[in-house]
Amino acid sequence: MIDALLSALEAIVSIEHMLFLAGGVLLGLTIGILPGLGGIAGLSLLMPFIYGMDTVSALAMLIGLVAVIPTSDTFTSVLMGIPGSSASQATVLDGFPLAKQGKAAYALGAAFSASLMGGLIGAVVLTAFVLIARPVILFFGSAELFMLAVLGLSMVGVLAGSSLPKGLSACGLGLLVGSIGGAPATGEFRMSFDISYLMDGIPLVVIGLGMFAFPEIIDLCRQNRSISKANALGTGWFEGLRDMIRHKWLCLRCAAIGCVVGALPGLGGSVVDWIAYGHVVQTSKDKSQFGRGDIRGVLAPESANNAKEGGGLVPTLLFGIPGSGSMAVFLGGMVLLGIEPGPSLVESQLDLTYTIVWSLALANVIGAGTCLFLSPVVARLTTIPYHYLAPFMIAVIFFAAFQATRDFLDMFALLVVGVLGVYMKRFGWPRPAFLIGFVLAGMSETYLYQALQFYSWGFLLKPGVVVIALITLVSVWYGARNVPHNPADEEDESRAINLTPQAIFAGVVVALFAFGLYDGLTRSFLGGVFPAGLSAVMLVISGIVFVKLAMGKTADAANYDHEIVGDHVGQDGIVGLGHYVYWITGFVAGIALVGFLPALIVFFAIFLRVKARATWARTGLLTAAPFLGLVGLARIMVLEFPGGLLQSLVDLPWPFG
Amino acid sequence: MLRTLIKPLAVSAASVIAFTGTTAQHVAAADFSGQRIEWIIPFKEGGGSDRWSRFYAPLLSEQLPGQPTIVVKNIPGGGSTKGANQFQARAEPDGKTLLGTSGSTQLPYLLGDKRVNYEYKDWTVVLATGTGAIMYINPELGVEKAADLVNLDGTDLKFGSQGATSLDLLVLLGLQMLEVDVSPVFGMKGRGAARLAFERGEVNLDYQTSASFLTKVTPLVEKGKAVPIMTWGFPDGSGNIVRDPTFPDLPSFPEVYEQVHGKAPSGQEWEVWKSLYFAGYPAQKMIFLPNETPDDIVQAYRDAAQAVISAPDFAERAEAVLGTYPQAVGEGAETMMQQAVDLDEASRTGCRTG
Repeated sequence: MIDALLSALEAIVSIEHMLFLAGGVLLGLTIGILPGLGGIAGLSLLMPFIYGMDTVSALAMLIGLVAVIPTSDTFTSVLMGIPGSSASQATVLDGFPLAKQGKAAYALGAAFSASLMGGLIGAVVLTAFVLIARPVILFFGSAELFMLAVLGLSMVGVLAGSSLPKGLSACGLGLLVGSIGGAPATGEFRMSFDISYLMDGIPLVVIGLGMFAFPEIIDLCRQNRSISKANALGTGWFEGLRDMIRHKWLCLRCAAIGCVVGALPGLGGSVVDWIAYGHVVQTSKDKSQFGRGDIRGVLAPESANNAKEGGGLVPTLLFGIPGSGSMAVFLGGMVLLGIEPGPSLVESQLDLTYTIVWSLALANVIGAGTCLFLSPVVARLTTIPYHYLAPFMIAVIFFAAFQATRDFLDMFALLVVGVLGVYMKRFGWPRPAFLIGFVLAGMSETYLYQALQFYSWGFLLKPGVVVIALITLVSVWYGARNVPHNPADEEDESRAINLTPQAIFAGVVVALFAFGLYDGLTRSFLGGVFPAGLSAVMLVISGIVFVKLAMGKTADAANYDHEIVGDHVGQDGIVGLGHYVYWITGFVAGIALVGFLPALIVFFAIFLRVKARATWARTGLLTAAPFLGLVGLARIMVLEFPGGLLQSLVDLPWPFG
Repeated sequence: MLRTLIKPLAVSAASVIAFTGTTAQHVAAADFSGQRIEWIIPFKEGGGSDRWSRFYAPLLSEQLPGQPTIVVKNIPGGGSTKGANQFQARAEPDGKTLLGTSGSTQLPYLLGDKRVNYEYKDWTVVLATGTGAIMYINPELGVEKAADLVNLDGTDLKFGSQGATSLDLLVLLGLQMLEVDVSPVFGMKGRGAARLAFERGEVNLDYQTSASFLTKVTPLVEKGKAVPIMTWGFPDGSGNIVRDPTFPDLPSFPEVYEQVHGKAPSGQEWEVWKSLYFAGYPAQKMIFLPNETPDDIVQAYRDAAQAVISAPDFAERAEAVLGTYPQAVGEGAETMMQQAVDLDEASRTGCRTG
């Protein structure tokens, strides 16, 4: 092992290796900053060039790209509340509130230093873990993976907010939406209405953008101020670094969690940030600031998601089973380079494995370092009046959504999920709980079904399952020590009196579960038992919420209406909740009619003129810049823009056609 | 002396003439200088088909007249029907759009899946890449050859599958024909996940395509943790399924059938099995040009593909990505394609119910 480490070290410190690594990192950061275009797009872009290159340089570039995928994502998550990828969804929860308080540089400083530490700690953990990883991975069978999914779901307890039935219903709704599409056991298409888009299930990117980015955009548009409330930004990033050092044990724990969870094939990287976030909330005595800008809520997911990439290498290298989309492309690149994954990578080729692991760590340092350096500058984005920023944000999230499956319905789905998100935000239904349910839906169903096939109910007594079950119980107990903070308690005077809007929304949720139950019952037993069983339980729980609200129990914790208690209430010139939803709907309708690019030009021009009251010159400039940028990007990366009715009738020249 | 000298000269002169002849024809007819060719792959980045296309793209680009850039465009969704549908609906016959299909594009077409809006018979095949598959079992079952699987009464034989509508159908049907009792466990995310379940001991019967068997299962075989028992076989020139050339020591499926039943396979089930086999393996991955592509463009592509696979270092470079099977071009590919997508109505019904 020492030999392998030394020879790996020798390979890494060569100038050539370093240069290509840094090249990969810069490419990755540039591409990764736009949500929806993560490392997969970057790797695909790189693939054609791999042929002419020698193995060492090509590998260095590939690694450089992969390593920084969860790094530059952080910019949009923190600054704009747009989760750049599924790995940084949890960062939005506390990062964005900090940006709104004018502490963007501080949040970014903490995030990037946590990323950096996470990557390094991940590499240290991996160096040892890779030697024992094979038996460990083989130990986690379907039964253990199911129990891990349950552990993930138990995090809902601490993220549920003030009303537990509401939190559980939100999580249940996520599980229900997550089970749209082909059933794992039978392949039956559930809740799909014969629409082939729904048969594949709704993409996670769309859900993440709809739940978090969309409602924030609506909210900020209505308030029409800059994202940051404070005018002076402060430098702050040094404080972020200091806070990371202050919470070093937390970062260490989360990096280890990220590394190990990332290493388990089948669990997937998309839950890592949520598990880390749940962990920090559970283990904190003072939970009151989570969701409102607690720096620990930034540190935990960020240290975990960079360590995760390292962890994800393990199943990729040892078994040839990629844990995530980017790892799948990395694996493809490796095979093209003639590196075959397999057990030999921890035996005769251990030095190569260590080269990869430590290159990844080094790439992290370069990537996070660059971002850290850039963050005070980029943080200034939060001082721009929002009406100037809004059309960009709207274009970006719809462009990102379209990258999910490159289907017009991606954008329609974003609109629908976004509206759901807007109302969940308004009525205080916890959106993180929804996300966790969604992410874990497929996993919990598939592994439960497989475990039952393999072991029958006896799987519950397997030692690994028992251990994870105990951890789950301890973590729930830990989280329940302090009664969850109830925002409604403090704001007693300003609570909503008219509960009708809330009751209507709760009624819609109940109706959705009723539909889930109905749809599940029309399927074969194995195809429908999961959504039907879930819906039956959730009908009761969401029914409780509905009854409380319908009976006008204003004192209940379930009562929350942002339109009554939000800080925008009473300000001048606040338009209705629906106002900007209509604007965005208009944009989507425009895309459906004339295609993405023409609709983009019209939407930008009108929005900037009407809402931002920009001069014609400014409007022209601010419309042309993103237009040309997108066209250039599309040309380089072979992207296609969604077409509309117009494109199906007439042949238009590129890029409009 | 003179004759020995003249003969090679004549041969090389002839080939020079032939060479310049064909080249001249291409320049006149199809030239892709400065063009960008989009190759639609209806699967996600990083998958088997993606790797296959990214292996071929630069090689084809080198050999095509005018050395165009070939970019791979992944359009996953609907079990690969979405990308194929888009190709059918939108691709112009100008040689600037290609489609790469796989067994999972062929299968829904054969089964008449309602998501399919494409017609293989409209397209022109440029190249077909075949592969084989190997079935292996856990040594703890105490079985050494495939024909003995039938003796496993009462033992629980478990097989991890992606779903009853995938190419795993071939295995399930084959085992049914051998009268072997197996319980499939569905919901595997891919063949890799099934192999992992095998390594964990959760399933005890599995199969992999040749390339992944060679790299990932062979180490298990060496450690005594897996026993290969049969291959599906491989077609000889005249359409008979014989032993797989990559694994000459293993019996093919038809052989095992004969060992079990005492006669060669025949009848409706066998026809269905063969259809599924031809759809999934000998022409597993194919490159297509769209409907009504002019002959000169088709010829340019076929020549380019021929040049790629005849290059001296091709076999060596291809082995890790493609395995050691013949790459069919032109007529050969055409025949393979016909066999892969031809299915009479009776067999089609058989596929659906089987």
